[in-house]
Amino acid sequence: MLNYTIRRLIIAVPTLLFIALTIFLLLELAPGDPVANQPLTIPPEVRELMRKALGLGEPMHIRFWKWLVQFFWIEPQVFIDWLTTTSSLAPILPDTDFFIACGNNTAAECDPRILSWQFRSPVMDIVLQRIPQTLWVVGTAYLVAIVIAIPVGVYSAYRQYSWFDNAGTFVTMVGFSVPPFFSGVLVIVIFSVQLNWFPSIYDTMHEVNNWDSFMFQIKQMTMPVMVLALQITSQISRFMRASMLDNLNLDYVRTARAKGMTENVVILAHVLRNSMIPVVTVIALGIPQIFGGAIITEQVFKVNGIGEMLIRAIEANDIPTVQTLTFIFAVLIVIFNLVADILYGILDPRIRYD
Amino acid sequence: MTDATQLDPANEYKPPRNQWLDVWDQFKKHRGALIGAIVFLFIVLGVFLGPLIWAHDAQFVPPVVDMIKLRDTRPIYTVLWESGAKVSWAHPLGTDNLARDYLARMMAGGQVSITVGLAAMTLSLLLGTLIGVLAGYFKRLDGPLMRLTDLFLALPLLPLLLVAVLLFRELLAGALGPEGGVFVLIVSLVGITSWMQTARIVRGDVLALKEREFVIAARSMGTPSRRIVLRHILPNVLSPIMVSATLGIATAIITESALSFLGFGFPPDFPTWGRLLFDAVDRMTLYPERVIWPGLAISITVLSVNYIGDGLRDALDPRIRGR
Repeated sequence: MLNYTIRRLIIAVPTLLFIALTIFLLLELAPGDPVANQPLTIPPEVRELMRKALGLGEPMHIRFWKWLVQFFWIEPQVFIDWLTTTSSLAPILPDTDFFIACGNNTAAECDPRILSWQFRSPVMDIVLQRIPQTLWVVGTAYLVAIVIAIPVGVYSAYRQYSWFDNAGTFVTMVGFSVPPFFSGVLVIVIFSVQLNWFPSIYDTMHEVNNWDSFMFQIKQMTMPVMVLALQITSQISRFMRASMLDNLNLDYVRTARAKGMTENVVILAHVLRNSMIPVVTVIALGIPQIFGGAIITEQVFKVNGIGEMLIRAIEANDIPTVQTLTFIFAVLIVIFNLVADILYGILDPRIRYD
Repeated sequence: MTDATQLDPANEYKPPRNQWLDVWDQFKKHRGALIGAIVFLFIVLGVFLGPLIWAHDAQFVPPVVDMIKLRDTRPIYTVLWESGAKVSWAHPLGTDNLARDYLARMMAGGQVSITVGLAAMTLSLLLGTLIGVLAGYFKRLDGPLMRLTDLFLALPLLPLLLVAVLLFRELLAGALGPEGGVFVLIVSLVGITSWMQTARIVRGDVLALKEREFVIAARSMGTPSRRIVLRHILPNVLSPIMVSATLGIATAIITESALSFLGFGFPPDFPTWGRLLFDAVDRMTLYPERVIWPGLAISITVLSVNYIGDGLRDALDPRIRGR
């Protein structure tokens, strides 16, 4: 298992490098000039200086290498410094000072960070500001979905072709087919416009400090969580049902019943545990997709998370931000693929990778 | 021995049935799939033949005075709960803010959405089948092609689609006109980013088929690889390909609508269901019907296609069929 993990980690490095190169080349080979929408009155030599200031003066391969160094070497240093000095973990951890900021009066040896062209501030700082909103909404939706999907899947499989199973299958099919940009708008029309129960726009500046503000937070999270959870529930409960059905007819279930075990023990202790193996990997594989899918939901409810940040950056032609964010999504996908495979190996002793 | 040739009159001889008739019989038993197929057929006919009956131009904006008079008409059923609503039988689904007939726009939008779905599905099937067959049949290509598939599966597709649309839209619009350019761009992007599942399934099936006796027999007779693939292997992997075809239509329609919804799809005067939804969101408090109709159209189309896929999977599986 350890060997396998190490091997997979080593394979992940060229994969990530290739993805980084793909994203870089896609942005690089595309027609369009980042300074094209500056006024035409700017003289060409000033325009050239502006391009240099954006970091475009050098050849392609050097810029790619610089970006890699920034992403994998400099940004982690900044993150460690932040973790040990300003975050809530700071009192426990020793103070570190790896990162040398670039300023007007610093030495030549400073660490340039990835700068956003829109804000002229480091991309990772903005990402760190945006991530809590995304994690709150998406994370809650994912948890809600898992909590609903597993019992639904188990019961539909246990009573196959009952009315509950048929209704469940239909609802999951609908949840599968209705895209979030429609279900989101539909719940806004129903619950926000007609019934006036929930606010249609997510207020990210809202602070929770007493019971009323907590209730408001719950209220404003309800609709985005509902939309995302519907989608995720339908995927997971389909898998749960199929996996339970595969297991329910196996010999060990009959043996357990023949031994005189109660139905609860047979289903919950024996069948459920075995059926959870593929479902756990599906849950792990779904996590990065949720970040991608949340782009649309964030757009509908105006949650300013990382999905919204990506859309704004694409519209503003902010190439460093787009490149970094897309790569972060890719890293998430690769990591959770790995996690899913390893989990499968740990949970299922029949699987041998070596 | 003669008894065997003498047929029992009660058990009279039936000619062997065509395999596709069996598939159709099984498909009919799946009620959801049958309803899905009828609904999908109805939508396709309505969208492509409807404009012949409802001969309004989806792009027609009346002259200014008429436009102000006719615009923002509500659908005819609004009268049921709001007697003062501005409705007219000339526009059963109402008009938009430029007095364009909404029913005609829905039909025009459906034509584009469904065409994009079918074209992108065809492209992704061709790519997926080609790569799957090559990887499964030729051992030397298996490693590299499957690594390529894994790489594509690890790409964050929606962000990359958005970036690619934004970056290449102008270029293609210049070469092929604004609508044609975006059509080619979206079809090829959706096709290029959705072939991986098909390729994996096809490869698995080809790997198993390659070792079967009929393929070995064909090879021992000196049949060239190209003909083995075309005559013996491809017909046998048709069923997984058909199932992924239906799922491919659904994905393509949703992806196109998502791109249009985020404002990265077709130009504003060129309706697709996703674009109509996107344009209507800003004023959905006043005119919720303009959001609901295109959204319903997308959802019902995708739902019916998914049900067809479900039924096809059961019908094409010989272990389930005939039971």
